[in-house]
Amino acid sequence: MPLPVYSGPFGPPQAERLLWRAGFGPRPGEERALAARGLEGAVGRLLTTGPDNLVGKPPQIDGHRLFPLDKFGHDHLWWLDRMVRTSRPLTERMTLVWHDWFATSNETVGSQRLMIRQNNMFRRAGLGSFPGLVTRVTENPAMLLYLNGLESEKGAPNENYGREMMELFTLGHGSGSTERDVREQARALTGFTATYRNGYGWIKFRFDRNRHDDAMKVIFGKAGPFNWKQAVQLAIEHPAHRTFFTRKLWSYFIPEPADDETQAALEELYVQSGYSTRQVLAAILKHPLLYDGPRMVKPPAVYLAGMLRTLGDRISTEDWIWLSIQAGQLLFYPPNVSGWNDDRWLDTSTFHARWQMAERVLRKHSYQPDHTKRGTVPMDPDKLVDRAVSFWGVRLSDATRRSLLAYARKAMATTTADDDRQKKFPPMILNALRHLVAASPEMQTA
Amino acid sequence: MSGAFARHHCDEFSRSTLLRRAVAEAGQGLPAIEPGMPAPAGTGLDRRRFLSRTLGAALTVYGASALGPRILDEGIARAAATGGAGRRVLVSVFAPGGWDALSLLYPIGDPRYRKLRSTLAFKPGDGPVFSSDRRLHWHPSLAPLARLHARGRLTVFPAIGYSHPDQSHFTSRHFWEVGALDPQSGTGWLGRLLDVVGDNENAMQGLSLDGALLPSLATARVPVATLSSPADYGFDSHNVWDVPGELLEEAIGSLGAASADPDPVLALAGKTIEQSHALHRQLGRFVGKDGQVHINPKAKYPETDFGRRLSGLAALLDANFPIRAAALTGPGSYDTHADQQGPLQDGATQIAEGLAAFQADLERRGVAGRVLTLVWSEFGRRAQQNESNGTDHGAAGVAFLMGTKVRQHMVGEFPGLTKGLDGDGNLKATVDFRSVYASLAEQWFDVDAARVLPDARSMPRPRLVA
Repeated sequence: MPLPVYSGPFGPPQAERLLWRAGFGPRPGEERALAARGLEGAVGRLLTTGPDNLVGKPPQIDGHRLFPLDKFGHDHLWWLDRMVRTSRPLTERMTLVWHDWFATSNETVGSQRLMIRQNNMFRRAGLGSFPGLVTRVTENPAMLLYLNGLESEKGAPNENYGREMMELFTLGHGSGSTERDVREQARALTGFTATYRNGYGWIKFRFDRNRHDDAMKVIFGKAGPFNWKQAVQLAIEHPAHRTFFTRKLWSYFIPEPADDETQAALEELYVQSGYSTRQVLAAILKHPLLYDGPRMVKPPAVYLAGMLRTLGDRISTEDWIWLSIQAGQLLFYPPNVSGWNDDRWLDTSTFHARWQMAERVLRKHSYQPDHTKRGTVPMDPDKLVDRAVSFWGVRLSDATRRSLLAYARKAMATTTADDDRQKKFPPMILNALRHLVAASPEMQTA
Repeated sequence: MSGAFARHHCDEFSRSTLLRRAVAEAGQGLPAIEPGMPAPAGTGLDRRRFLSRTLGAALTVYGASALGPRILDEGIARAAATGGAGRRVLVSVFAPGGWDALSLLYPIGDPRYRKLRSTLAFKPGDGPVFSSDRRLHWHPSLAPLARLHARGRLTVFPAIGYSHPDQSHFTSRHFWEVGALDPQSGTGWLGRLLDVVGDNENAMQGLSLDGALLPSLATARVPVATLSSPADYGFDSHNVWDVPGELLEEAIGSLGAASADPDPVLALAGKTIEQSHALHRQLGRFVGKDGQVHINPKAKYPETDFGRRLSGLAALLDANFPIRAAALTGPGSYDTHADQQGPLQDGATQIAEGLAAFQADLERRGVAGRVLTLVWSEFGRRAQQNESNGTDHGAAGVAFLMGTKVRQHMVGEFPGLTKGLDGDGNLKATVDFRSVYASLAEQWFDVDAARVLPDARSMPRPRLVA
């Protein structure tokens, strides 16, 4: 079955949307460079993996580097920095997808070191085979701590991981796994252990044959002395998995569900490619709905990292920690094992937090009204709006542009025959316009 | 968040506080931080924020997933109209950290006091005599409470707790919150009370004056809400003031023009901006040019967050908002493992001044007859002070019940520092907090305590209400 491919014009607007969905938005000019490659070339470029080259200045907080392994919130800043400076935006964005898909919270794990280790695993293995990824997740120390894998041993299996592995990671809820399957999977997954060292935490994560239940199990109607790798494979081969995987991956990039034919074709592609995330992802990123369909709300981390990326700013404040909490997304602390609720990013409270984020981003760029030379900033309302829009490089709807223009006109109208206002108001208005653009519906979505 | 806690706190206290904050932030299920630690009541309740037009304030509503915002607002209005207003109210004030009962009411008349408190002991005359038991003197900073006590406005529980006390902040506080010695309970005792006396639509019946839903109020059935300060919802811009600043508010609202866009997601974003703008304007009615909330208090409150919350509550009660139970966290942090005097004095001063102002305000507004305020902490502290001029976690502590309708000056007695200490050297309880809850349920709310408290049957019922 052929998969539909977007065939309309692929110019900077399309490349810009692709960069927001598959990354953290363009650096200045990046959308033009990507558009020049055409759709195939652009998607191919994004899917190219390899060592990352972080561009721009490394983070600096009060003259110090980050302490991502130790200091509260610095793990969040560390990852934000990667989002801001990465040259492999899709790799980084997929890392965020996997963090949400295999949601693990440091609230329980209690180790920034282990969380970052998991994060690097996602970054390394995220575009390869999905079964390979689930296998890595299953033996991942942070996940073992999060879903009680260390407490699961022969004679006393803990069902937590096995249940979520099927319900949330591979099959979906109520898709053919029974309570018996859960119990039997739990037995197959027994055997992991680690050593606790006082003052350091958990170390030496390993599989201990003596803790593993190697007796017969019956899972999805198949009998065998299954071990943990086979437990993963059984879930992958379950007929519900291909549907679950393709739908879930799709939902991270396109807000409307795929039509039946596209869905069937994606499933076929997934199986025939040997369960390749990369192949399915390529098809999704070329699908017409990504370019013609509705916009998506940017997750808070994408919104924030995107602004800094656009402006070429480094991470230079811990304010991003509490502002991100208020905006609803502290990285490494998803609310629960099912991850963040992507339908609920925007409400009156999180919008307020985004307004404050933009304020904090803009502070260092703002004009000092008392010390800005005349002529530095235009007096004409239209030109003021143009300056604010080009500052962000965003495309605004006519309605939003009219709103901005109305503000600029109204404010400038009060400067007539007032020398002091003619000096101070234009920079203030430009500061405000930049802030309004950052808060606009167009900047909140892509 | 790190660094927000002074060094004299133990790790567990800071961590449990952070964990509870996270309940507020996430509003969703929260895994226990280590095996055996109870999840705070209310964990996992759905929550939604909405603007109450009747109240003109931002409410975050918990446990009302089936109701739309308009219904919620109408529910509040209906409850106010049909007599939900004017009913009796209980206010719960939590003093976090486990405050030192033996300093708040120091037993200067007990022969062992000065020995146990070699550097921390007060002298006779430092604070006023406690008239119900002259062995005890009030902490000097609690003089306002001593005056309320003298006026018959305050019942003192000098040794309140429970059997087999747990010395974990997290667990002991949880017991007090849920009204049972049950780590598994997911509803607060006030929440269960509201499940009985409350209704399905009035979210203001249980009001948490805190950034988070305080677990005492977590219900199983009816909605409850947290109220945030109107002043917290500002939309300022850096280096923008004068006319450009004044016009900014309107400009933010006009960004919602995209709510008519054919793209559904763009329209949604536009709508959210419109709602935010409307909320900001509504809240603006309460916020003066100084950024402070103005609600015309009838008493002089201390200039503290606690004072502002209490004065706001008094105004809401006076305006007949249909509140039945309210909960807030008191000022100060009482986990005084080291250098205790300063922090304890600060906290006690703030709490006493705030409570006295609240009572005076309620009396002048003429609503004091329907409000009782219970002030409690998760435990008291060890009788023997430690080597760091501090005290470690103990058992029985002190609690207060304030209001014009309190019946007694003292309930339970001070057990003394000889026979009154348990094997760990902690004060033994002479009143169980659950018996206080049971009496309040029956005597204040006219509800059979057995419907609210699992242990009601075995609890005595001290007469608390006049």
